[in-house]
Amino acid sequence: MQTLYLTLALFLLLTLGAGMWRVLRGPTAADRMLAAQLFGTTAVAVLLLLSQASGNAALRDVALVFALLAAVTAVAFVQRAWPEQEQPQETERDVD
Amino acid sequence: METMMVAWMLDSLLGLGLLWLAWRCLACPNLFKAIVLFVAFGLLMALAWVRLEAPDVALAEAAIGAGLTGALLMVALAQLQSIETNGDAAGATEKEERGIRPLQWLLLIVLPLIATGLGYIILSFPPDAPGLSTAVATHLEASGVSNPVTAVLLNFRGYDTLLELIVLLLALLGVWSLGGTVPQQAATPAPLVLETLTRLLVPVLILTAAYLLWVGAHAPGGAFQAGSVLAAAGVLLLLIGRHPRAALMALPLRLILVLGPATFLVIAVVTMLIEDALLKLPPEHAGKLILLLETTAMLSIGATLAALFLGGRRHTDKEHS
Amino acid sequence: MTLIDYLTAALLLAGAIFFFAGTVGLLRFPDVYTRLHALTKADNVGLGLMVVALAIQAESWTAVGKLLLIWLLVMLAGASVAHLVARGALRRGVRPWKQ
Repeated sequence: MQTLYLTLALFLLLTLGAGMWRVLRGPTAADRMLAAQLFGTTAVAVLLLLSQASGNAALRDVALVFALLAAVTAVAFVQRAWPEQEQPQETERDVD
Repeated sequence: METMMVAWMLDSLLGLGLLWLAWRCLACPNLFKAIVLFVAFGLLMALAWVRLEAPDVALAEAAIGAGLTGALLMVALAQLQSIETNGDAAGATEKEERGIRPLQWLLLIVLPLIATGLGYIILSFPPDAPGLSTAVATHLEASGVSNPVTAVLLNFRGYDTLLELIVLLLALLGVWSLGGTVPQQAATPAPLVLETLTRLLVPVLILTAAYLLWVGAHAPGGAFQAGSVLAAAGVLLLLIGRHPRAALMALPLRLILVLGPATFLVIAVVTMLIEDALLKLPPEHAGKLILLLETTAMLSIGATLAALFLGGRRHTDKEHS
Repeated sequence: MTLIDYLTAALLLAGAIFFFAGTVGLLRFPDVYTRLHALTKADNVGLGLMVVALAIQAESWTAVGKLLLIWLLVMLAGASVAHLVARGALRRGVRPWKQ
């Protein structure tokens, strides 16, 4: 079971790395924020897996803190840092 | 064997990912992108601390690195943007970024030297050196708590924590002394969803802060982690435009800010008079004293971090007008 | 491995598939509104499956409660942020993708 937990943690970390592409490419600020939010969920899952793998219940508290504060950065973005105009020149690059 | 393999791959991925993120984050000219990368860096850093079997640090990193710093940087960015649109500082800063300046060459030489030195020191340690952990374990009985990290932070080396609290207070004083230069952006009225989210989260945040404080006696947790969770509640309220009343901002806020350091100092002086040593807690009362120190420290840390988020002093505006 | 272990393994794998789907969605969907689905749907289901998988292994009911609380909090944050981002994007004139 140990191996399974760690393998899945590794797998989730890899999906997180793949998601980093969205942070780098954007195109809008919203996309980047969205990806960061997604990383938060993934990190919670990784922490729960590691907690089970190592038998250290304290890691659940770390996951709890992550889950609680997951929204704070995004709320700060939406309320304060989101520019009124999304830069149009960036959207052109990202045509699939 | 397979488990070792997977663990090794996990750790390498984390290490390489951290280095890559740090590089991307520093090299990125788009500040917003850099903030998001920094938040991701904080997430991975917390996971790395977990893998290093330091859950106390992971908890602090989760609360501060991945939660509060992100929000703080977002608001800093918003203020920078408002400066850039008001004045014309943007053009000047962009020109400076071309080419490698002499100072950067110096850094390019010095930093690898420091890194090599640190690496050499770490590798020259015997692999399974117990360090001070046996000394801590033998005296844990007398510390009043059963979590060795809390025992070190609040009893054996309590003056470290005292100085950290004062550093945090100084940081806030630094921010306050710069206050009033940037006009506070008028907060947009919070959407209903945000109101509801805050109403649901703030009580849970306060409860979790109390839980982390209490659990710190025998498991990872403690004043800094609890204080940052408490600060997150304050930050959320500030973000939806719930500013504290001006009457609370004057004396009551200052009292809460100095409550933690002041309690620490009082106990330091008293222990000096009675026990002849700074912050030498008498074993029979150590548990209660640590709880008192941590509770006051948590309140001060929470208030300080939230006040840092609020930025410059409000009443300077009034003084000028 | 007991029966419980097999159940845990199956649920964890199912959760991992949803996480994978979420990342694929994040990378492949054409605009910010569709990408929000990856955040709010796929990953929350993935985390939910993993929470259930770990809850049946948990040593106490408090641990189960904490796991469920974590899941609820993540869903709350995800759903709220998705709404706020979609609303903000629409207001700033980010056009929804059309075939």
